[in-house]
Amino acid sequence: METFEDFLKRIIVVVFWLLLLLPFIIFPFIFIVVPALGIPLPTANQVLTALLDPLKALPLVNDLGLGPSSLFFKIAAFPGFTFAALVATGIILYERKLMAKVQVRVGPLYAGRFEGILQPIADLVKLLFKELLVPAKADKTFFFIAPSLSLALATALLAVIPLAPDIFIARSEVSLLIPFAIIGLTPLVILIAAWASSNKFAFIGGLRALHQLIAYEIPMMLSLVGVVILSGSLDLFGIVEAQRGLWFILPQLLGASIFYVTMLSELERIPFDLPEADTELVAGWLTEYSGMHFGLLQLATYVKFYALAVLFTLIFLGGWIGPAFLPPFAWLLIKLFFVITFMLLPRAFMPRVRMDQLIRLGWVWLIMLAFVNLFIALVQASIGVIL
Amino acid sequence: MEVVERQGDYLTMSVGPQHPGSGHMRLIVTVDGDIIVKVKPDPGYVHRGAEKMCEVRTYIQNIPHLERPVIIDSCGILFAYVLAAEELIGVQPPPRAQYIRIIMAELNRIISHMYWLSIYGIFMGHSTMFMWPMGDRELFIDLAASIGGTRVTFSYFIPGGVRNDIPPGFKEKALKTFDYFVKRLKEYEKIYFNNPLVLKRTQGVGVFKREDAISLGVTGPNLRASGVASDTRKDEPYSMYDTIDFDIPTYREGDSYSRAWVRLEEMRESMKIIRQAIDKMEAGPVKQPMRGQIKGKVGEAFARTEAARGTMFYHIVSDGGKFPYRVKISVPSFRNLIAMSHLLEGNRLADMPVIYWGLDYWPVEADR
Repeated sequence: METFEDFLKRIIVVVFWLLLLLPFIIFPFIFIVVPALGIPLPTANQVLTALLDPLKALPLVNDLGLGPSSLFFKIAAFPGFTFAALVATGIILYERKLMAKVQVRVGPLYAGRFEGILQPIADLVKLLFKELLVPAKADKTFFFIAPSLSLALATALLAVIPLAPDIFIARSEVSLLIPFAIIGLTPLVILIAAWASSNKFAFIGGLRALHQLIAYEIPMMLSLVGVVILSGSLDLFGIVEAQRGLWFILPQLLGASIFYVTMLSELERIPFDLPEADTELVAGWLTEYSGMHFGLLQLATYVKFYALAVLFTLIFLGGWIGPAFLPPFAWLLIKLFFVITFMLLPRAFMPRVRMDQLIRLGWVWLIMLAFVNLFIALVQASIGVIL
Repeated sequence: MEVVERQGDYLTMSVGPQHPGSGHMRLIVTVDGDIIVKVKPDPGYVHRGAEKMCEVRTYIQNIPHLERPVIIDSCGILFAYVLAAEELIGVQPPPRAQYIRIIMAELNRIISHMYWLSIYGIFMGHSTMFMWPMGDRELFIDLAASIGGTRVTFSYFIPGGVRNDIPPGFKEKALKTFDYFVKRLKEYEKIYFNNPLVLKRTQGVGVFKREDAISLGVTGPNLRASGVASDTRKDEPYSMYDTIDFDIPTYREGDSYSRAWVRLEEMRESMKIIRQAIDKMEAGPVKQPMRGQIKGKVGEAFARTEAARGTMFYHIVSDGGKFPYRVKISVPSFRNLIAMSHLLEGNRLADMPVIYWGLDYWPVEADR
């Protein structure tokens, strides 16, 4: 049996060969192509010093236009993709440990010294080294595009979601609406993936995703109208600042509940994981995806999970608002942790619902309750609960 | 790989044999949108000729391979064989052996139902209901292993008694396990059986009317869920079951939900039976010694017992030799297969796993 140490050794061997072979590509690029294009390069001395002293590395990165204040850094690293992906892998590990505790198991245990803390990395490396299988009759272009597109859409959600007054990528007057415009596109990607797979189970899964969109999209938007009425703003900054006195979850408990349910539906989590119901549809629209394709699709799901959890925190739990002894970002993370836990738990004690039941839930109950909630919000606004 | 092709207005797809929702069998399912129009079961992937194999093996050699078709209920499938073989060989098991047989058969029933319950949970996406019964099932496997020696295939029943006596301290261990498990069953009810979403998924799904159940020849828990209080242990008591007081859980609705409840209640009844059997057991031999070559007398013998899935029926014909001339096994799973396509048609695709596994169809048993 291969132990984790053997596994690491194997990776080290691969990295060794990469280091040996890549100079044949990287060095020509640095010394021939880059000078030819006229891009300023740091000297070798500067680079070696920077390796040892991060403070000296910072000006070099800034010179290249990639410093922490640059847009590229915000999008790629923090608070953009890398941070979201890290939180997403954290969510995966946390979910597995949480499920294990509920189900009287131990969960991931061996990767890493403490409670399987390196399990996401081990999974990622495993997926990276797996073969990418493509069905013979698949539409290869779309089959290859769909995972990247899915991750791109999930990451696009992060663009207008602020994490603290000074941590954000972009500001918009209508930053509440933009995420939902992007969410509306996700079933399209699922349908592309499902159709391109040329698999009956994937096809049914894709159609189910479209049906599911019909069920949750309208109540999802409607449930937030109450918050917009109370805060008088479509900007997430405005919504958070309006909660200085009272978090919106208290006056808008009904709206928050509807948003929570539709959020689970959007994320295809149990009890609403119909598009990938594994016992009848193998893995639904994910059936034919393997290796890192599957990894990207999973990562996209969990990045979306993170984005929606942050949205819930911002809209209903006052975002970064909290007593001053902790920085605003820390308050957001604390609230985010509870929101994520609350979103993970239904998987432990709920079965999957059926498509007709979901559509009835969406069209009869959620839309009706969303209108009731709208009415409640109007009453609250007229008697001045918040402002 | 499945290529999407529409035939008329229908989509035909093959569920199994490599599908997470099928066993070693295939269902050719035709759907119209979300509604199942036609189901054609395709069994036979695990046919191993168990009946034919019996004809070239002695009565004793038949025991290990006959329990292979249902390894999670190995005593259930073997019980009827041993009863029929005893009739042909002409031996009587001592009373203690008969009680031990009851204990083992009921332990196997619980083990089998627990397996069923955990898969039933995961078939609806309820992962906790998969893990809990699978974990608690180990306790009963430990109990059975302390008697039979192995985890699932015990080869424990032999013509003329059982292989060995139960170990000392079994009673205390068993009662401790039962006390724990009774509490645990209440938790199962809370998280699963009274879960509103489970109710929505199972109530009124795959309704098996009383008349249909009788005419299609379904036996066991599925029949009892349709309102027929039929149990071989009560109707034709064998092996000291007549000295034991127990109830037959029966439900009228005949839907997937009542089929789950029947099995849950049966686990309670099984524990009741084992408690009584342990108390009623008296010291004595556990097998009647047999010497020389065992031969069956010319003639035929029948035996019918209640296994975890339903009525297990054996018909053994002997020509006086050391091998049986013909062994016919009538298994409950094959009857469930007939009922399955009857129940699936007209239901939704999402209900397929619920109905399919709700019947507790065990492909290996049906194929033999």
